[in-house]
This record gives sequence, C-alpha cells and structure tokens, in this order.
Amino acid sequence: MARTISTRRKVIVSAIAWLIGLTLFFPILWTFLTSFKTEGTAIAMPPRFLFFDWTLENYQTVQTRSNYFRHFSNSVITAVGSTIIGLIIAIPAAWAMAFSPTKRTKDVLLWMLSTKMLPAVGVLVPIYLIFRDLRLLDTHIGLIIVLTMINLPIIVWMLYTYFKEIPVDILEASRMDGASLRQEIIYVLTPMAIPGIASTMLLNIILAWNEAFWTLNLTTTRAAPLTAFIASYSSPEGLFWAKLSAASTLAIAPILIMGWFSQKQLVRGLTFGAVK
Amino acid sequence: MKLSSLVLGSCSLVVLAATAQAQSLTIATVNNGDMIRMQALSPQFTEETGIALDWVILEENILRQRVTTDIATQGGQYDIMTIGAYETPIWAAQGWLAPLDGLGGDYDIDDLLPAVRQALTVDGQLYAAPFYAESAMIMYRTDLFEQAGLDMPEAPTWDFIADAARQITDRDAEIYGICLRGRAGWGENMAFLTALANSYGARWFDMDWEPQFDSPEWNEALNLYVDLMTEAGPPGASSNGFNENLALFQQGRCGMWMDATVAASFVTNPDESEVADSVGYALFPTHNNFGNHGNWLWVWSLGIPASSQNADAAQQFLAWATSKDYLELVASQEGWANVPPGTRTSLYENPAYIEAAPFAGMTLDAMNSANTSNSSVQDVPYSGGQFVAIPEFQGIGTAVGQIFSAALAGQTSVDQALQQAQQITRMEMDRSGYYR
Amino acid sequence: MATQQTQTAARLMMSPAVLLLLAWMLIPLSMTLYFSFQRYNLLMPGMEYFTGLDNYRYFFANPNFWAALTNTLVLVGGVLAITLIGGTLLALLLDQPIFGQGIVRLLVIAPFFVMPTVSALVWKNMMMHPVNGLFSFIARVFGVQPLDWFGQVPMLSIILIVSWQWLPFATLIILTALQSLDEEQKEAAGMDGAGPLSLFFYIILPHLARAITVVMLIQTIFLLSIFAEIFVTTAGGPGVATTNLTFLIYIQSLLQFDVGLASAGGIVAVILANIVALFLLRIVGRNLDA
Repeated sequence: MARTISTRRKVIVSAIAWLIGLTLFFPILWTFLTSFKTEGTAIAMPPRFLFFDWTLENYQTVQTRSNYFRHFSNSVITAVGSTIIGLIIAIPAAWAMAFSPTKRTKDVLLWMLSTKMLPAVGVLVPIYLIFRDLRLLDTHIGLIIVLTMINLPIIVWMLYTYFKEIPVDILEASRMDGASLRQEIIYVLTPMAIPGIASTMLLNIILAWNEAFWTLNLTTTRAAPLTAFIASYSSPEGLFWAKLSAASTLAIAPILIMGWFSQKQLVRGLTFGAVK
Repeated sequence: MKLSSLVLGSCSLVVLAATAQAQSLTIATVNNGDMIRMQALSPQFTEETGIALDWVILEENILRQRVTTDIATQGGQYDIMTIGAYETPIWAAQGWLAPLDGLGGDYDIDDLLPAVRQALTVDGQLYAAPFYAESAMIMYRTDLFEQAGLDMPEAPTWDFIADAARQITDRDAEIYGICLRGRAGWGENMAFLTALANSYGARWFDMDWEPQFDSPEWNEALNLYVDLMTEAGPPGASSNGFNENLALFQQGRCGMWMDATVAASFVTNPDESEVADSVGYALFPTHNNFGNHGNWLWVWSLGIPASSQNADAAQQFLAWATSKDYLELVASQEGWANVPPGTRTSLYENPAYIEAAPFAGMTLDAMNSANTSNSSVQDVPYSGGQFVAIPEFQGIGTAVGQIFSAALAGQTSVDQALQQAQQITRMEMDRSGYYR
Repeated sequence: MATQQTQTAARLMMSPAVLLLLAWMLIPLSMTLYFSFQRYNLLMPGMEYFTGLDNYRYFFANPNFWAALTNTLVLVGGVLAITLIGGTLLALLLDQPIFGQGIVRLLVIAPFFVMPTVSALVWKNMMMHPVNGLFSFIARVFGVQPLDWFGQVPMLSIILIVSWQWLPFATLIILTALQSLDEEQKEAAGMDGAGPLSLFFYIILPHLARAITVVMLIQTIFLLSIFAEIFVTTAGGPGVATTNLTFLIYIQSLLQFDVGLASAGGIVAVILANIVALFLLRIVGRNLDA
C-alpha cells in the first residue's frame, strides 16, 4: 500500500520536475532547432517544431562568413590559458590562507572579492591606453592577463574554501609517520586537493569563455574569441533568426557539453565551501 | 603533461599570430547586407593584388564604439574603418583620417554623386570613399492601398500618411499601418525623428546654439509621431530599429515604412521578402508648404586611419570596393538590383540598373533633394541632415533618443519628454562651452 | 600554532596574488581618479584641462543618476528574490526521487553555461519578440493580446532573462546543501509530529542559511555589473527604465566618449559597490565562519 502511494508520488513529482526542466531548457532547444531551419521557416507562424526541412545551410553560411574555428581556438586558448595562470597564482595564496590563517586573512579575501565590483566600462579607456602602449591589444597574452585578473578573486576564494576542508590532522599524522614534506605533498595533499582544483578550473573556464566585455573591446581579429563572433550576428539586416541560431549554437555548444560532462565536479566546486 | 602542452601550445600560437602578418589589411565593417556581400567577393581582390584581408564584422553600435575608441586613442588596430557621413568630417578635421589621394586615375572621382562627395570632403580633399549612400523615402504596400481605396501621391503630406496608416491598420490580421523607428540612439530613432522634425520646420538649435525642443514645431512633430505609432504602429515599436522594421515589412506586417532608401532592394528581393512584388515608393512626407522632405543623407564609407601602416594598400582596397568595376562585379553575380546604391551618377544612367531596380529613380530624387547644409526651413548653425554634425551629438542624440523612446512607450508625456530633452541638451551644450 | 617561519612562508605564497590584484586595481583606478578631475573628451583631443569637481557635479546633476541607482537595486533585488525562492523550491523538488533525475538535472543547469550575449539575443528575438516571439504566439493561441515585453515591462523582462541564467546556479548550490542534510534529523523531526511546513522552516531553512548567503554574495558581485543583457535587449530604455549604473557609465564613456565624466561615474560606482560589498561581505563573512 505504502509502496503504491510512493510510486504514484514519484510519478507526479517526476512529471513536475520534467516539466520545469524542459521549460528551463526550452530556449536552448529552440535555438538548436531553429538553426536547422531556413530563414523563412524560422519565423513561420504557427512555429514548426520538428516537422520542417532540416538544412545545414546556416552552418555553412556562418563558417564561410566568420571562420568559426579561428574564434573557437581563440576562445579555448584564452579561457584555458587564463585559468591555468590563475591557478598557478592562486593555489599558493589559497593554500597559505587556508593553512596559516592570520587575523587579516578574511579581510584580504573579502578585499579580493570586492575588486570584482569595479565597473569595467568605467576603466575601459585607461586599460585601452595601457594596452596600446604595451602592444597588448588583440593579443592572446593581453586577453589572458585581463581574464586572469578579473577571475583571480573567484579562484582564490573557491580554492580557499576547498582547502579549508582538508583536515589538518591528516597532515600531522603523516608527519608523525615520518613522511617528508615532499611525500606529504605528493601522497597526502595532492590527492585531496585535486577535486577542488578541478572544479575551480571548470568554473573558471566557463566564466572566461562567457566574458563578453573585455574580450570584445580588446580584440580585433587575431585574438578575437567567440563573443566577437556572436557580435557580428546580433542584429543584421533582413531575416536572421536561423543564422543567429546557428551562430549561437556554435558559440555555446562546446562549453555546454563540457559543463554537462563535468557536472559532478562542477557542482562540488560551486558550493564554495557552503556545504559541509 | 596535458597542462604543459596546453601552455606550450598557446605560447606557440601567440608567436605564430605575431609573425603571420606580411601584407594584410584589417577591415572593420558593419554587418549590413552590402558589406557582407563585399566580404564574400573580396577573395577576388586578394587574388588580384596579393593583399590578404582580415575582416572584423560587428553589429553597428558595437562597431562604432570599437572604431571610435581605437581611432581616438590611436590604437592602430584597423587599416580600414567603415564610417558614416557623421564621423567623416569630424574625424578628418581632427587629423585622424588619411587623405585619399591615391585612388588611381580610373577611379573617376567626378562620377560620385555631388551630395555624397560633399559629405565626405573636407577642405577640398576626400577623406573617405563612399560604399553606399541613402536618403529616406516611403515604402508602401500597393496591394493594401488598393484594398483600402487609397492612392499614394508622389509627394504625400503627413496628414495624408496619418490618415492612410489608420485606415490600413488591422490588428487582428497583424497588419500595422505604419512602421517607424523607435529604438533609442542617435543613428536609430533620432535619425528618423530629426528628419521628421525637419519636415515640420523644426530645428535642433537656433543660431546661438540654444536647443529648440520648446518650439511649437517640435511639439507638433513629436505629437504626430507618438499618436500615429500608438494608433497604427506595431507592438514593441520602442525597441524597433532599421533591422527590426525591415524584418516586419518583409513579413508583410507594415502598410508603410519610412526609412533609408537602401531598404528598397531588400524589400523587393523575392528570396527574403514575402511582399516583394507589391512595394511602392514615394518621397518622404512633408508638412504645410515647407517642401522639406527631411533632408536625410547617410553615406556608409570606408576611411583609413592616419595611423595605419598600410595606407597605400588600404587605398588600393578602397579603390577596388567603391569602383564602377565593383558594381559590375556585384551585378554579374547577384543581379543589378543588389549593387550598393547611391554613390555614382553613372549607375543611375545605366539602363540595366534602371530596368532591374524600380526604386532607382525615387532613390536618386530623394538623394538629390536632401540639403544637408541647411536642413530646416529655419536657419541653423550646423550641417547634417538627420543628425547634427558636432562631436557632442552622439551623446546628446542618444540621451534625447532615450527620452523620446520613453514617450513612445507611454512612460512620459510628449510635453514632459520635450522639456527633459531641452534641459539635457542645454546642460550638455553648456558643459561643452557653447555659451561661453 | 603557526611559527614565525611558516608565517613568512605564507606571506610569500600570498604575495603574487595580492600584489597582482593590487596592481590590477590601483593602476586603472588611479588613472580613473586622475581623469575624473579632468575635462577630457576622447573626441576632442588636445582640449584637456583640470576642472576640479565639475565632472562629479555634472554626474550627480544628471537626473538619470538616481533612476540608474534605483534600477540597479531593483535588478539585483529582483533577480536575487526570484533565484533564491525559485532555486530553493526547485532544489526541494529535485531532492525527491525522480525518474531520470540525472537528465532533469542537466536540463536545469544548462542555462548557466550560455553566454550572456547569446541568451539575451535568444530571449529578445525568439521568445519575447512581440510579433515573431513564441510568447506572443502562445498569447494569441489563448486569444490574449501579446505583451510587448521590452516596451511595457522592460525591467521585468530583463529580470526574467537574468534570473533564467542564474537560477541553475542557485538551485545547484542549495540542492547540494539539501542533500547534506541528515536524513535522521528530518525523520526525528517527523516523529515529533512536525508538519512539512514547520519541518521546512525550523530544520531545512536554517540548514540552508549558509548556502543561501553564498548564492547571494556571488550573484550580487555579478549582478551589480550586468551589461550585456541590457545592451542587447533594451539599450537602457525605453527612457531610462532599464539603465543601471553600469549602463549609465557606458553611455557616458562609450557613446559620448566623455572620459572625464565617465571616470567620475566610475569612481562613484566603485564607492557604491564597496559600500554594498562591505555591508554584504560582513554578513557573509560572519556566516561563513559558523
């Protein structure tokens, strides 16, 4: 008896959950479907869901017009590059904060986060001037520097909360067992820190991939990532829904797929130590 | 292992990017149809000259922001920039643009339409090469007019337009009598509203640079606009710009549309437009007996920043992209109706073009009737037709555009909007030292 | 416990991050501060001169400043309210046994990965478009006059788009927190005869407090500087209905190219952001210690 009730309940809850999930996902699904329509069908009323002549024409147009792969590789280079450099700088800092905290550690952390609140538009001109003089405009290095700096506070914060969860007792125990510092780091700490670092890395790649102000304003061609690619489809003349959809799909698909595959690690990292 | 190879990979790519720029030009342009066609045809240029091209194609507002930042800070990121009739004289006066003195003998500079050439010339020197040019006119649906028993005159008045728009509107069938720009921006709704105000005898500034939004002419013009759009306009008009209205017209939602003449080739293109075979044209409307048709003139043109290291190659490209041969090239591939219009006299004398482009005559008339040195029937201290050619106008025009789009959305009354516009314009002009 | 030596080592380890961030903050900030006392318009080179507090005077005299301030708060508050309440409810739902839980979860988190520009474009053109949008189609199916989203309820439209992007984030964190709640604790409360409502308010909600503050903190940081969504959809309008502080400064710096005025605005925004930060970070900081 109890069992049937719980099954029925499960069915109802599942139905609601699926409904909500599909609703939230719908704009993405719709973009995906529209990218295979002709411009005419894309705005047809009533809308066509699955029964239309599927075409790859939009993807072809988009690729010949704007060289998707160059933008894609620029996105990968800058997002991954800034994440790696960010981690190299942030790991020691977060480590120190987590394992030798002082009275001011928390203040430093909060100050770091507060630098993220600088309005980017307000400092564009100074940064543009500096970049011009250092010849960093439209270079991967320049973009990597900016992306590293704007995401560094988040990286430090995430790593800090993560490292803090590593029990210090284990370290002491291993020291008792006569482990050297090197062994301690390799065999005890690293395995415990890797998941945290991995999820920080994932989140940071997503943030860097989607950053749309600096990436657009500091690049022209050689380093222009996918955000610049999208800007050429945002409101052109004539009918553009299908081409826009194709470009959008191309811009978000890589990161969406990466995000889906690494969902578990990401969720872990996203909790910012909020969950014990 | 993975990490280090990635780092190495990205480093080597950076090096590659830095060395791979022998003879190449970076071109910034707008994502309008004619420019995209230019990009598609440009491999031919590379083949002929060996000069490689890097295209940066952006949405108009982003493009303008990017190129202005770059040229004002001498960033040197572009060799060729797509700029308009507004920027060219101002930038040339600042010494930011390279003079175009190497376009070559067969460029035939005298073939450029006089109004267009004048808009790009400072002190007798051409500073940008016109790619396509436009005035404004009425595009209307002949079938809907016939149904309603209306007859569009060649040079209609606003009274007639208002009347016709209301008659044609059929909200249940999603047909709206009139589509006009409403999206805020100096190049969006303010371009249209300035032209409308011109035709109503209004002006932006008097001869002492005092803003004139408190004048009865502006009041009349803005009231007409808001009333007409509320009664006969499409929903969401306050966020519609050129492209949104174009899409609406192509889908057959608009009875009339007053906008850039260049739209004519899009709305008559059967591949894109559902109403291609029932579009008629008329001059931009007038009011009273002013005979003022708005004086809209815009030239999308290609300029070379003074800081460009490749000015010679860049001029070569300009000469190619704005030449008679380029028009022939487009015509041979896409048909005469699709060539970039409005720049060359010879185009309008070409029977093949007149035959293929039923809108050619109206476009030429509209362009010839645009007077940009004195756009209003009253005296004005500025030049420019649907804009005011002073550096402050981008900011002021956008701020005023926001206020007027709020009036269109019904968030403020027309009187309030005009009062705010007056106040904000006065403040900006004061700040810029016009009253000292 | 920490010795002098480890303290020094710790300081050394922290210094690259701290110094770099300091430089990243101070160099542009001091340039901005300098520009904010200058009459400096990029479009009129060679006319720079010292103006004292003129830029600040003009910035505050702009009637749009207060509107922008209010809009910023409404936007942040609105999105926080929707994502926190929606996120909690959704997390409670996803915490139940569900057929195909993994897939539902993938569907729910997907919006978080979408570029802000893309999501704004998609919502503007394909969902909320008053003529071609799906919403207007649905409205017409039910015989209702379609809503002109960006004309009639511009702020609500922006809030909805941004909430859609951030709801997954809130849901994920709260869900993880929920799953760490002791089953025994819940059962014990159930034994004591607590109804589902009191269970939620006395057991679950206090347990979620920490997760919720983290969501608030991170989201506020990102929401204060929302830009792409506004730029793409309403351009701050109609009027100034959706102009937040970031967008106001954008208009001044990149449309008017009035670097002096924009710098003054930037400085004001930094000060305001820091007030919010101080306020918020203190609360969160306390909460995170617990």
